[in-house]
Amino acid sequence: MVDAAVFQGLSWNLLDDFRQLFAYPFMVNALEAGTIVAVMAGVTGWFMVLRGQAFAGHTLSVIAFPGAAAAGWAGVPLAFGYFGFCGAGALILAAIAGTRRSLGAESAAIGSLQALALALGFLFVSLSHRILTGLDSLLFGTFLGITRSQVLVLLLVAVATVAVTAVAARPLFFASVDADVARASGVPVRLLGLGFLLVLGLSVAETSQITGALLVFALLVTPAATAHRLTSRPWLGLALAVALALAVTWAGLALAYFSIYPVGFYVTSLSFGLYVLVRIVTR
Amino acid sequence: MFAHEFMRNALLAGTFVGLACGLVGYFVVLRTQVFAGDALSHVAFTGALGAAVLGLDLLAGVFVATICGGLVIGALGERARADDVAIGSLFAWTLGLGALFLSIFTTQRSASNGTAGVRVLFGSIFGLSAHDVRVSVTIAIAAAAVLLVIARPLLFSSLDEGVAEAQGVPVRALGLLFLALLGVVCAEATQAIGALLLLGLLAAPAGAAQRLTTRPWAGLVVSAGLAVGSVWLGLTLAYVFPSLPPSSAVIGVAVAVYAVSLLSSRIVHWSIESTTR
Repeated sequence: MVDAAVFQGLSWNLLDDFRQLFAYPFMVNALEAGTIVAVMAGVTGWFMVLRGQAFAGHTLSVIAFPGAAAAGWAGVPLAFGYFGFCGAGALILAAIAGTRRSLGAESAAIGSLQALALALGFLFVSLSHRILTGLDSLLFGTFLGITRSQVLVLLLVAVATVAVTAVAARPLFFASVDADVARASGVPVRLLGLGFLLVLGLSVAETSQITGALLVFALLVTPAATAHRLTSRPWLGLALAVALALAVTWAGLALAYFSIYPVGFYVTSLSFGLYVLVRIVTR
Repeated sequence: MFAHEFMRNALLAGTFVGLACGLVGYFVVLRTQVFAGDALSHVAFTGALGAAVLGLDLLAGVFVATICGGLVIGALGERARADDVAIGSLFAWTLGLGALFLSIFTTQRSASNGTAGVRVLFGSIFGLSAHDVRVSVTIAIAAAAVLLVIARPLLFSSLDEGVAEAQGVPVRALGLLFLALLGVVCAEATQAIGALLLLGLLAAPAGAAQRLTTRPWAGLVVSAGLAVGSVWLGLTLAYVFPSLPPSSAVIGVAVAVYAVSLLSSRIVHWSIESTTR
């Protein structure tokens, strides 16, 4: 992938290293995709943490895996699988949340859905006989080989999800903080809940094409959790979550570029390190 | 079907794995700790691959990782909603660590053990040796026995923590012990049905049992029975249809049973409502 004669590795000249990051088109694509994904994950993740839907969010992100596996098996573009399965998953999760049973019963239903999704994913992968080559990148992602058209689609989806979230931000915040009062003052709480899960599904479907189905959750939950610990003011918190997600994504991509280890490891480790640091400081 | 040794091994190990998952899963659902189970199943993956990188025994790595994981989750606190986020951040990082181990491991020795990651994630119940089965059965029986010994106080503290504490039940210690036990069961199930899929065997039979009965002891029995039944039926299906992976089949059956229990309890609910009206 990288021409050994040109590739210099990390040197002490930081400016030179920095320039080298942008020298290859694949890396520019990766950085652009990472930026778009981080903004989207920061915004939706902040609301996910606020609404206490970490488990639902994790389940949605895992559903991206059978989506991609099914698309690969059927021979249609992977994006269809990602969006189809994540959209359907969001509807099912909204139906589960709508039944208003006990917390235990709800989480049992979410857990069962998640296991079923993974079981289906494994079934599709083994049906299409691509276990070794396909599985690792579906689950853990790859930042190599992102195309221009992928970046464009990412951008469109990101603009749509962030715009919808921005328009609905006030009522969604109200409904998330106090559902009963919001309902009493005429906010369509259930509709907002469904809409939010759909937006979350959309952004997860996009993100997992870059980070892999298993690591989306790190970008969703950890920067948002850090932001929630630092401030309880909504707009500041949202901005902080986006900024943190951006920082760890850029740093992770840069580190992965200069080493042989996977980008997912760097992104999760950096964001978790920040989270632990903030937890210790704000104690 | 029973003529093949690998099938007998799979059924024997699967029975006890199902039993342990069903029993522990009932309490997991009752205590709304399904997310903790989710986290521990991912910790199992990292534990196995970490051990593989260091050249240690995979099973030992899984057990150490999940038991430690259970204790850490216990230390982070229970029940409160904010803790889900702490658990989530922790296991997202653990998974990233697992990705690192996987990449080190596959570049280190690509040819012979290339499928280790897949085996850990999705299990290899048809590949168990007689020794694996003995270990697996012993651990499952031990876990089930410990659970049954602490079942009564655990049930009390799960249903009403405050009252149980006032009565002198060591609520905190029981919670920690239970999470360690959950770690043991997760590690146990990893070998058979895989780190990613074991959550289904914890959550689905227990969720179904809760729909079918409100009596706790009956619920425990129903949950264990459904889990074992799902394993049997799933393994049979995988045997009949060779392209169907056994762990996918087991989880598919378990979730189908859960879906049927949801529907049937809803139909009963409707018919009661319409007759009383």
